[in-house]
Amino acid sequence: MYPSRFRYESPRSINEAIALLQEGGGEAKVLAGGQSLVPLLKLRFAAPELLVDINGLPGLDHHTVDPDGTIRIGALCRHADLERWAVLPARQPTMAAAAPLVADPIVRNRGTLVGSLCHADPQGDWASVVTALGGHVVAQGANGRRSIPVTQFVTGPFQNTLGYDEIAVEAVIPAPKGQAAGGYLKLERRVGDFATAGVAVAVELSGAVVTRAGIALTGVGGSTIDAGDAAQSLAGGQLTGDSIDNAADLAARAAQPRTDHRGSAEYKRQIVRTFVVRILTGVKESTERAA
Amino acid sequence: MTQARDEIKIGGLGASRRRVEDNRFVRGKGRYVDDIVLPDMLHMEILRSPLAHARITSIDVSKAWQVPGVRLVLTGEMMASRNLAWMPTLSYDTQAVLATDKVRFQGQEVACVIADDPYIAKDACEAIVVEYEPLPVIVNPAQALAEDAPLIRDDKENQPDNVVFDWEVGDKEGTDRAFAQADVVSTLELHYPRSHPSPLECCGSIADFDRSTSKLTVYMTTQAPHIIRAAVALVAELPEHMIRIVSPDLGGGFGNKVPVYPGYVASILASILLERPVKWIEDKTGNLISTGFGRDIYLRGEMALRNDGKILGVRMQTESDHGAFFSDAQPSKFKIGLLHSAFACYDIPAAHLVNRGVYTNKAPGGVAYRCSFRVTEAMYFQERMMQAAADDLGMDQAEFRRRNFVRDHDFPHRTPFGFLTDSGQYGKCLDVGLEAIGYQGFLKQKEEAKQRGRLLGIGISTMTEPLGAGNSREYDILGIKMFDSAELRVHMTGKAILRTGAKSQGQGHETTWAQIVAHELGIPAEDITVEEGDTDTAPFGMGTYASRSTPVAGAAVSMVARKIRAKARKLAAHLLEVSEEDIEWELGRFYVRSAPGQGVTIQECAAAAYSNMPDGMEPGLENVAYYDPPNLTWPFACYIVTVEVDPQTGVWDVLRVVAVDDCGVRINPMIVEGQIMGGLTEAYAMASMQFITFDAQGNCVGSNYMDYLLPTAWETPGYELHEVVTPSPHHPIGAKGVGECATVGGPAAFVNAVMDAIRDTGVRNIDMPLLPDRVYEALTQRHDVSGAPPVRTDD
Ligand SMILES: Cc1cc2nc3c(=O)[nH]c(=O)nc-3n(C[C@H](O)[C@H](O)[C@H](O)COP(=O)(O)OP(=O)(O)OC[C@H]3O[C@@H](n4cnc5c(N)ncnc54)[C@H](O)[C@@H]3O)c2cc1C
Repeated sequence: MYPSRFRYESPRSINEAIALLQEGGGEAKVLAGGQSLVPLLKLRFAAPELLVDINGLPGLDHHTVDPDGTIRIGALCRHADLERWAVLPARQPTMAAAAPLVADPIVRNRGTLVGSLCHADPQGDWASVVTALGGHVVAQGANGRRSIPVTQFVTGPFQNTLGYDEIAVEAVIPAPKGQAAGGYLKLERRVGDFATAGVAVAVELSGAVVTRAGIALTGVGGSTIDAGDAAQSLAGGQLTGDSIDNAADLAARAAQPRTDHRGSAEYKRQIVRTFVVRILTGVKESTERAA
Repeated sequence: MTQARDEIKIGGLGASRRRVEDNRFVRGKGRYVDDIVLPDMLHMEILRSPLAHARITSIDVSKAWQVPGVRLVLTGEMMASRNLAWMPTLSYDTQAVLATDKVRFQGQEVACVIADDPYIAKDACEAIVVEYEPLPVIVNPAQALAEDAPLIRDDKENQPDNVVFDWEVGDKEGTDRAFAQADVVSTLELHYPRSHPSPLECCGSIADFDRSTSKLTVYMTTQAPHIIRAAVALVAELPEHMIRIVSPDLGGGFGNKVPVYPGYVASILASILLERPVKWIEDKTGNLISTGFGRDIYLRGEMALRNDGKILGVRMQTESDHGAFFSDAQPSKFKIGLLHSAFACYDIPAAHLVNRGVYTNKAPGGVAYRCSFRVTEAMYFQERMMQAAADDLGMDQAEFRRRNFVRDHDFPHRTPFGFLTDSGQYGKCLDVGLEAIGYQGFLKQKEEAKQRGRLLGIGISTMTEPLGAGNSREYDILGIKMFDSAELRVHMTGKAILRTGAKSQGQGHETTWAQIVAHELGIPAEDITVEEGDTDTAPFGMGTYASRSTPVAGAAVSMVARKIRAKARKLAAHLLEVSEEDIEWELGRFYVRSAPGQGVTIQECAAAAYSNMPDGMEPGLENVAYYDPPNLTWPFACYIVTVEVDPQTGVWDVLRVVAVDDCGVRINPMIVEGQIMGGLTEAYAMASMQFITFDAQGNCVGSNYMDYLLPTAWETPGYELHEVVTPSPHHPIGAKGVGECATVGGPAAFVNAVMDAIRDTGVRNIDMPLLPDRVYEALTQRHDVSGAPPVRTDD
C-alpha cells in the first residue's frame, strides 16, 4: 500500500481530536476502523493531509442498553462486538441479523458501526438497519454535542452532515415500545461482498398489532433508502398475507436500483420484494406461534 | 505386501506425507520475491494507461524527475533507443514493453519510475503527464471483425485487419458426410468468459546487475525460470552464462506466471543502467488488468446424432479474443492450443474445428489458467454440448455419455481430431460417480421436489484431457523442446539432494519428488532435499504448468534414481563380493540371490561410492536424467453436482459434489486430493461468480477483489472424492497429471446442474458466471442469457 503522504496523529482526548480536526481545516479525516478509509488511501482515491486516529480515545468502545431499553453503540464498537453480543438477538433482532452479514470476519474485527454510518456508502448495511430502527447519531464538536436522526445524517452517497471538526461519538437506537421483531436479508455474490440488494425490516408489536414499522434498503439507490410508505402501510394493523405483499410492493417501488454487473434494476426490485415478504412472513409466523 | 508397507513407512509411493514446504509456509517463513531485500535496492513503479485505445501525443516526464529520490524514469522512447520497446511473445507475436506509438488496452505499461522507495516512485508516476488522443475501442470479436473496425495492430507490417490467425483441424468432408446421415442435429452456442488465474502473490522481480562480475541475477515470480533465462539472453542480448534466474517461493501461479511481462524487462534494464538492484512488485489491480488472463472464447458447435444416441460427428466454430498482443503462453504447434482435445473420451467418427483469433483492446496473454492450453474451454463446450444433445434426444444424460465412451479395450484410441489416448476406464468412473451420488434416488427426489415448487438439478461432466506436454515432436516453446530434467546427488551418508527443471508454485514438489526417489531407491523421503527454481543450480527444464511436472519432471526423477540404482548395484556387487548378476534388489537393499540374508543397504552403497569403490570406478553417486515423454498423459474424471435453485431469487445452492478422478498411480494421495479440491473450487468460482468484463470504453470491470471474486471457505461446497486407478502405460511409475483436471472438467458439472434444474423453461444456455440475476432472468423470461454480464446499461 503506497498512499500519498499524510500526517498522522493519535490524540488521547476527544478535545484534542477536535482541535486537530479544526487545525486540519477540512483536509483532515477521522480514522476509526479504517476498513473503508484505508482502501481509499491505498487507491489514492482519498488523499487527506492529516489522519486523526480516534482508536486511542477513551470511552468510545461501548455497546450498552439503558434501563429503558435504548441501545448505545460507541464510535469504537466493532462490527464483531455486535455480532457476539449475546443480548442483541432478543433486544434488537434486526441488528442481530445484520451483524454477521457485514463484510467478512477480518473486516468485522476492525470496522465500526459508527464509521459505517459516517462513510455513508449506499451499499453499507448499517445505515439501512439504523434507518429502519429510527436511530440517530450523536456528534461532538467544539460547541458540544448534538443529535442527528440517521435519515438526516446520511445525505447522499459518501456524504454525511458532520461538520469538518465534528466526531460522531455514538449511534443511538431508541427503545422499542412493544416487542421488537424483524430481520435483515442481503443478497451477496460471496461472503464479504457488498449487497446486490439488502433489506432491513424492523417492527414493534403489541400482541399481533404492529405499533411501529421501519423498512430500509441497501444497495438499490444512490443512498440508503428509507421505504417509509411501505413501513407506514403496516403500522396499526396485523400482519397478513395481503398486508405483507402490499408492503413488499411499496418497498420495491421505493427502490431506485441501477442495472450493473450485479444485476438488472428489475431483478434488484424483485429481490427487495422477496426479502420484505420473507422477513415479514417470518415475523408473522413467529407471532402466530407465540400466540 | 511388506514391501508396500515398508514403502509407506519411508514416505514412498502412496504415502500421504505431510507437505515438507508447509513447515515454512504455515509459520510465515516462506521466502517470496517481495521478502528479498538487497543492499542498495531501488524500487520501480509502472505508470499504466487509463485508456483502452489511444494515440500517445506526448509524454512529459520532467516533473517526475524533480521528485526527490527519483533515480530513473523510463519511457517507450528510451526503451526504443535500446531496441527494447517491443519484445517477442511466446506465440511469435510482439508485445510493447513500454508504449511508444499507441496504447492498446487499459492498464498497458506507459512509463516506469525507479526511486529510493515505492512511495516516491508512485508519487513520481503521478507527476508524469501523458497526452492521449482517444481512438475507437474494440472489446469483442464482433467489433474487431466489423468492416470499418479500427486497426489495433498498425505497428505490424502485413496486418490488414484485426485477425490474429485462422486455424482449422479435423476432417471437413468426413464431418459433412456424418451430418448428412444424422437423424438429429443438436446445436449450442456459448461464451467462456475472460477469467484470471489470480495467484494471491502478484508478479514481481528484483533485477541485480553487478558491473564488476557482469552477472545479472533476477529474482522473479516465474513458473519457468530456464525459459526466462533463454528469453533474457535473446532479448537483452546478454551471454546466457551471465544470467541467473531465481524463482523463490511462489504464492501461486496457475499459468499467470508463465509469460514474460514488461515489468520484468523494465526492471532488468533499470538495473543495468543504474548498476543497482531494482525491485518491482505489482499490485493486485496491476495483476488483474494487465497480466495473462484465461479463456475469453466464443464457441459454437453442432453435433450429428443418430436416434439411438450414437454421435456421428461434431463441428465447432470458435472465435478467441486474445487482447492487444498475441502472447498466449502455450507451447504447442497448434494455434489455439489443445482446443481440439474436445470430445477425446467419446468415440466419434468425424469432427472438424475452425478457429479465428482476433485482436481487441483488452489485456493480452491468454494463458493456460490451470489447464493445458485451451483444454478447459474444450471440455466445457464438450460437456455442455453433451447435455444439450441428450436433452434433444430425450435420453438420460448418463446413459448418453456411457453409450458414446471409448471402451476400455479400444485403447490406444485415435480421437477425431488426431490425438492418441492410451488408457482409461471411463464407464467404471461414471458408475462409481453415479453410485456415490445415488443417481436414481436423486432423480426421484427431484421429481417430488418439483411437485412442491422446488427446483433441483443434477449435472454431470466426464472427460479425459491431455496433460503433461510434451512430447518434443509436437511441443516446444520458441523452438525449445518440452522435455524436463532431474539431477540427483546422493551424499556419503545416504542422504540426497534432488533438483529438477520444474518449479513448484504450491503443488508440493518438495514432498512428492522425494517420495518418487524413496520409491526408486528406498532412501526415506525425509532424507531427501528438493530444490528448484535457480537456473545456476537446477538442470535445464521447461517449468511447471499444464500439469506437466509429474508426467515429465516426475518421470525424470524416476529415471535419474534408476541410473543411481544401477551404479549402486555395481557398488553392492563389489561390497558383497559377488557378480552383479547374482544380486537382487528390494526396497532400499541389494542382496545375494542365493543368500538373501547377505545384503547391503543403499546407504552402505552410498558410503562406498565415496570411500570404497572398486578399482576403475568413477567415485561419487550422482547423475542427471532428461526425459522426453512418448505421449501426453490422459487422466479421466467424472464430476457430478447437485443443486437447488431458488425460483424467487435465482440463487442456487450446491447440494453435493462427487468427484471421481483417475489420474493413474497417486504418489501422495493427500496432495492429489488437495489439488482436486482446489481445482473444483476454481471451477465453482468460474461457474458461479467470476468474470473480467469490459465496458464499451474498454474499462476493465473486475480490477480488484471486490469485483473479481474468489470464493471463500463459506460458500465453497464440500467435496466427496473417489478414485479409479488406470496407470499411464508409458510413465515410469504409471502416474498421470492431475493438478488441473477439476478446473477443466468442473465448470460444466456446475452449469449442467443449474441448467437441469431449470430445464422445464426450455432454456438451453446461461453463460458463466451463473450469477443469481442471470438464472432468474432465464427462469422468468424463458430465454438464453448470453455473453458477459452487462456493465451498466441505464445511464
Ligand atoms: C473487504 C471489505 C468488505 C466490506 N464489506 C462490507 C459489507 O458487506 N457491508 C458493509 O456495510 N460494509 C462493508 N465494508 C465496509 C466496512 O463495514 C467498514 O468498516 C465501514 O464501512 C467503515 O467503518 P470503519 O470504522 O472501518 O471506518 P473508517 O474506514 O475508519 O472510516 C470511514 C469514513 O468514515 C469517517 N469516520 C469514521 N468514524 C468516524 C467518526 N467516529 N466520526 C467521524 N467520521 C468518522 C472516516 O473519516 C472515513 O471517511 C467492507 C470493507 C471491506 C474492506
